[in-house]
Amino acid sequence: MGRVIEQDVLQRVLGEAVRTGGEFAEVYAEDKRSTSAGLDDGKVEQVNSGRDRGAGIRVVRGETTGFAYTSDLSEDGLLTAAKAAASAAAQGGDQVRTINLTRAVEHIVSPIEQWPGDIPKATKVEMLQRMNDAARSAGSEIVQVSASYADGQKRILVANTEGVLATDTQSRLNVRVQTVANGDAGMQTGFQSAGHTMGFEMFDHVDVEALARDAARQAIVKLNARPAPSGTMPVVIRRGSGGVLFHEACGHGLEADLVAKGGSVYKGKQGQQVANPLVTLIDDGTMTAEWGAIGIDDEGHVSQRNVLIEDGILTDYMWDYLRARKEGRRQSGNGRRQSYHHLPMVRMTNTFVLDGPDDPDEIIAQTERGVYVAELGGGSVNTATGDFVFGMVEAYLIENGKITAPLREGNLIGNGPKVLQDIDLLGNDFAMGRPGTCGKDGQGVPVGDGQPTLRVKALTIGGTAA
Amino acid sequence: MSELLDIADRVIAMAKPGEQVEAFVSRGTETDVRVYQGEVEHFVSAQSEGIGIRVIRHGKTGFAYASTLDQAAIAEVLADARDNVAFGNPDEWAGVAEPDGVPVTEVDLWSEVLEHFPTERKIELAKELEQLTLAADNRVRTEDSNYSDGAVEAAVASTNGIRHVGRENGCYLYIGTLADDGDESQTGFGFTVGRSPDEFDMAKASADAAMRATRLLGASKPASKKTTIVLSPYATAMLMGIIGGTLNGESVTKGRSLFADRLGEMVANPLVTLIDDPTNPLAYTATDLDGEGLAARRNVLIEAGRLNQFVHNSYSARRAKARSTGNATRGGFASVPGVGCLALQLQPGTRSQEELISGIDDGVLIDSFFGLHSGVNPISGDFSAGASGLSITGGALGAPVREFTVGSTLQRMLLDVVEIGADVEWLPMSAAGVSLAIGDVMISGS
Repeated sequence: MGRVIEQDVLQRVLGEAVRTGGEFAEVYAEDKRSTSAGLDDGKVEQVNSGRDRGAGIRVVRGETTGFAYTSDLSEDGLLTAAKAAASAAAQGGDQVRTINLTRAVEHIVSPIEQWPGDIPKATKVEMLQRMNDAARSAGSEIVQVSASYADGQKRILVANTEGVLATDTQSRLNVRVQTVANGDAGMQTGFQSAGHTMGFEMFDHVDVEALARDAARQAIVKLNARPAPSGTMPVVIRRGSGGVLFHEACGHGLEADLVAKGGSVYKGKQGQQVANPLVTLIDDGTMTAEWGAIGIDDEGHVSQRNVLIEDGILTDYMWDYLRARKEGRRQSGNGRRQSYHHLPMVRMTNTFVLDGPDDPDEIIAQTERGVYVAELGGGSVNTATGDFVFGMVEAYLIENGKITAPLREGNLIGNGPKVLQDIDLLGNDFAMGRPGTCGKDGQGVPVGDGQPTLRVKALTIGGTAA
Repeated sequence: MSELLDIADRVIAMAKPGEQVEAFVSRGTETDVRVYQGEVEHFVSAQSEGIGIRVIRHGKTGFAYASTLDQAAIAEVLADARDNVAFGNPDEWAGVAEPDGVPVTEVDLWSEVLEHFPTERKIELAKELEQLTLAADNRVRTEDSNYSDGAVEAAVASTNGIRHVGRENGCYLYIGTLADDGDESQTGFGFTVGRSPDEFDMAKASADAAMRATRLLGASKPASKKTTIVLSPYATAMLMGIIGGTLNGESVTKGRSLFADRLGEMVANPLVTLIDDPTNPLAYTATDLDGEGLAARRNVLIEAGRLNQFVHNSYSARRAKARSTGNATRGGFASVPGVGCLALQLQPGTRSQEELISGIDDGVLIDSFFGLHSGVNPISGDFSAGASGLSITGGALGAPVREFTVGSTLQRMLLDVVEIGADVEWLPMSAAGVSLAIGDVMISGS
């Protein structure tokens, strides 16, 4: 796409965007091709192809941002959008600014060996059949299976009036499988997924049939599940299944835009002990092949590794261009957006907690009575109060230091600042988790998370049993 | 007449013998204004368009879309959809909708007032809502005050003789609030929706936003117990959206609905009559046509507690040997039709929320749920959601409570309905709100 929009066109469009007094303007263009396929009820229902291509232009003047987008990438189309964004942000004035763009060398974080677009659709579909067969052969209790495959290759270009001209190519693929098992007490479900920022070589490393068997196992195990307890007790979270805990308990609260509006419980806490000293929390857009990996963020800033909490002490928030400019500091590579239809804002990339000192088996053995969560689902948080929930997809009781009966699904609820202090055991078995989509202000972006096995000494289990 | 219908017609004309082809073409505009502390934080003005094409041949389906109406791109989309056909498995029920002769109920979905509403007034409305909210209570701050509107024109045509074009627009105001008391902050929100800004109730939106945040100040975690909950109209709309999903004909035919074998049986308290009626112009999601171009219609899903019917699109109807109920959903040109409820409403009772609460000795008023996507399984029916609200003691509202969950199952909750209020509220959601009392749920707290 670097060739679709020439550098001199970008320079003229940016010049037009700031002609009426804007201080900053930016062109974000993307060209995305995607393929997906779904299997349900034993049949490949259909293969879908998509093409999304367009540009979003923003103009900033004072506190106001004007934004317009278009699917017309011609110079006329871009100039029209630039004028619309300019008139939304600023009135009056007539200034001529010459914009000199410097093309940056691409920052390649996740090299691509096999372009998914070059792989025959039949190969992708055949994988769904194998997942279906594997899940169904896992047990006669399995009565329904759905599986999906999706890939997207996105080329992005960012140019702004500060001279930035950067491009990135992002290729993401994921597979998902859901199973339904039927038993005497009704139906139960299992779910597994895998996703990476890489090429089709992902499937040299991911065994989709094992994934499907695991989803089947989850559903079958839960047929004998008992209602989850209610009330507060210790919770052990298996490695690589609970990064969402940190994403919700503190990740969102460390986003500088929420902090600036006084909408975060972590406002003003820099340099303070906000977590148990065991906890070091990182957000890292440069983790090769992980779901939240990016070469540049959607404002053209090169991705980087940011330490948010070090030995329990809050070191820094995450920043986008606007928030960083206001504070007179550098952005942190966290300005992201769902597509050219959207304005960027502060978002996480891959958020994870580093290893602690404890043996994971010992963590369970040291827990007299509690809940062991083998797989967490999604979650959400109110950043102003710190209250958050997340779902247990697969969980068990811990009795006398041993994992015992499976539990039915439910939410766990806690308060972020309190939970960070209450992490009292942290394993040495770090793993990244499943691919996630983080929602904020109506926009979804791909994020990764990870953590070693850990224990929170008190969380509220949202079950129905006494 | 319509450029979009012309485009759809041209695609259909390219169908080859033995092919079913359906084209969905849309074009929309939207405005988003965000105001913070009296200043415009952002102003988004945007246009988008695109086309989605389904091709079915020998029972196999292919789909493709593009976010452009460029001639060459459309030819490429049709070619991609055709190419994709080869990779699906044959499905005897696959196909586009058959015209069913059900007359279209005229619903007025277009406001001339909104179409010509000046930009400056949109900004002023967001500023006014911020001021009204700040004036309502001096403990209240705003997070942002937003004006949004959208207009879309869409055409759908198929080789089966479906051929429609229509347009709709609408707008809403939304404000997010924070209330502070010492170190503690609580959040609230308020909104008002309308076909045009003339229908906005700014007084209610600002009062709600201030009240929701301030009344939670000082909230504590309640003790775990079995109790009666009263859902606010907003919380009820959230719950009904999930219940509606379990009555989806596709889930039923594929063995994923917990109500699959229950047609004609009592599945809810006799007080419960649940209707899906997109032809009611008061509904935010009102529409005259469903996502496949069949007439939208009124369907009674649960009648006095008895499961009356499921909702179907043409595919699930063929599979279930039923008729489409006009419930094809469509997320836009980039997706194929699904099945779902379009505009749900619980038949209201006769008493206000206050009267309803007056009869409850011990319970909790639920302002809002959160984490429904992670804590509710619509296949098993397990229900566990985070919540905040006010305790109910001796028939009156008491202290605020937060950081607890509400646990039950969808099956139990329908049977355990105690009373439905009279206070219907139309919300920017696919279900209307009304106060709803449910007994015997587990509150999990300290």
